[in-house]
Amino acid sequence: MVSPPLPAEQNTPPHPVSTVTLEFQDVSLAFEDKQVLDGISFQLQLGETKAIFGVAGSGKSTILKLALGLLKPDSGKIFILGEEITSMREDALYELRRRVGIVFQESALFDSLTVRENVAFRLLEEGRVTEEEIEERVREALSFVELEHTVNLYPSELSGGMRRRVAIARTIITHPEVLLYDSPTGGLDPVTSNTIIELLVKQRDVYKTSALLVTHRLQDAFTMATHYFDRTENKMKPLPPGTPATVPMCFLILRDGHIIFDGELTTLRQTRDEYIREYIS
Amino acid sequence: MDIELISPSDWAKQKVLAVQEYAVIAARAVGNAFTSPRYLGDTTQQADLIGVGSLPIVILCGFFTGGALAQNSGSTLQRFGSLSLIGQLVSLGMVRELGPVITGLMVAGRNASGMASELGSMVVTEQIDAMRALGTDPMRKLVTPRVISTVIMLFFLTIISDAFGIAGGGVASALFFGVDFHQYWSTAWQILVFQDVFMGLAKPILFGFIISSVGCYYGISARGGTQGVGRATTQAVVASSILIITVDFFVTRLSMTLFGG
Repeated sequence: MVSPPLPAEQNTPPHPVSTVTLEFQDVSLAFEDKQVLDGISFQLQLGETKAIFGVAGSGKSTILKLALGLLKPDSGKIFILGEEITSMREDALYELRRRVGIVFQESALFDSLTVRENVAFRLLEEGRVTEEEIEERVREALSFVELEHTVNLYPSELSGGMRRRVAIARTIITHPEVLLYDSPTGGLDPVTSNTIIELLVKQRDVYKTSALLVTHRLQDAFTMATHYFDRTENKMKPLPPGTPATVPMCFLILRDGHIIFDGELTTLRQTRDEYIREYIS
Repeated sequence: MDIELISPSDWAKQKVLAVQEYAVIAARAVGNAFTSPRYLGDTTQQADLIGVGSLPIVILCGFFTGGALAQNSGSTLQRFGSLSLIGQLVSLGMVRELGPVITGLMVAGRNASGMASELGSMVVTEQIDAMRALGTDPMRKLVTPRVISTVIMLFFLTIISDAFGIAGGGVASALFFGVDFHQYWSTAWQILVFQDVFMGLAKPILFGFIISSVGCYYGISARGGTQGVGRATTQAVVASSILIITVDFFVTRLSMTLFGG
């Protein structure tokens, strides 16, 4: 299988520069009587991937929808790529969303469209590129997720893992500056999950995209924190033992609508908080 | 199954909110038609689904409704020796009333349910959110093309239904009452005046808007998985059918007030 050409090596430090791509400021949201998020604040730095954990119903997916303006908070402010989106009109949000990509929990592929039409959806809607360029970019995006052969199939003809990978291809085709992953490995077998995680690591280390990753699977985030993408061998490899972490990976844990942890893997492992220790054990 | 009781004030608030949401969706669907981007491809596809797809049932229903109307009218007219008026009665009945209403109800049953279930399924599988996330306005891409194509196609379907209804009446008159078909046709044609045609063609425009906007509203507001989609589908057909019959009453009254009896 032919892999797409990787971008030229960028001369960037292993840790991202302190430029904030996404920021939540004291954000609260309640659904009917239930307070889902209660004054949460955090930042996502440029090039960083932040894994968000929490029990079911703790508001993890809600954070992603808020970050994209699909939901509006009851209070607080959200900044993405320097724009404050909570007071933004829907028309203006459509423009901003062209620079942000999201992979939904159940893929959310358009079931009446083929894989090609799904992946090219944004390009076809924009109508700014030629048919040839669309074909080229669809092939490139599908090649990234190693699914070039599915181009004429419908989503119903794909397995769960393949659908998730097509959703990733659809998201990265326009090279968004921020990526939001909603449980990309949820319900998948370990082998397919590993393939997805490798794609996420590749996106982080090769394309330096900032990302929020919502997941139930601690091992996925730990893998991302302890592995890097080797460009020469075109595969994910573990960081050499004994070296300090050199990948831009952070963890955020939610509990009862509050953030109880926001930091790197080493800090997470040293925490004395009983709840967190039990959660990560 | 647990039955959840709801206070009358909460129930009233929900209903007012639903009307408000419907009004917003309907207004945006119309407003989007006058600004770009316009989805001509989607509009044509929907026109094909709604128009060409509904053609067989509309022709059949129109033909047999006209036939039934002729049989009922014929037996009454025969008693008074006025059988020659049968063409006029069927023609007026079909063009002013039965053609628009029967076609509207048929298309409501077929397409309001289709719209509600299709959009509802897209909501519960997050495809609508995905569309918004990909920078496309679902109102513009999904709702507006359905509204435009339903209004246009129902207009023409009603004309076809009227024609087949009058033809069905002619066949029934000739078969059961021995009325000369040419005489039937000329009286049926000559009785129609501007106000009959106006009333008969204004109704499908309103009914088309009701069918599509109600179908899309229930689809877009579907909640609660597949069960919610099923509920939305049923509600869309019931609400659009009731609205068609109610609006028909008022349009008939308005038209008679404007143009006289």
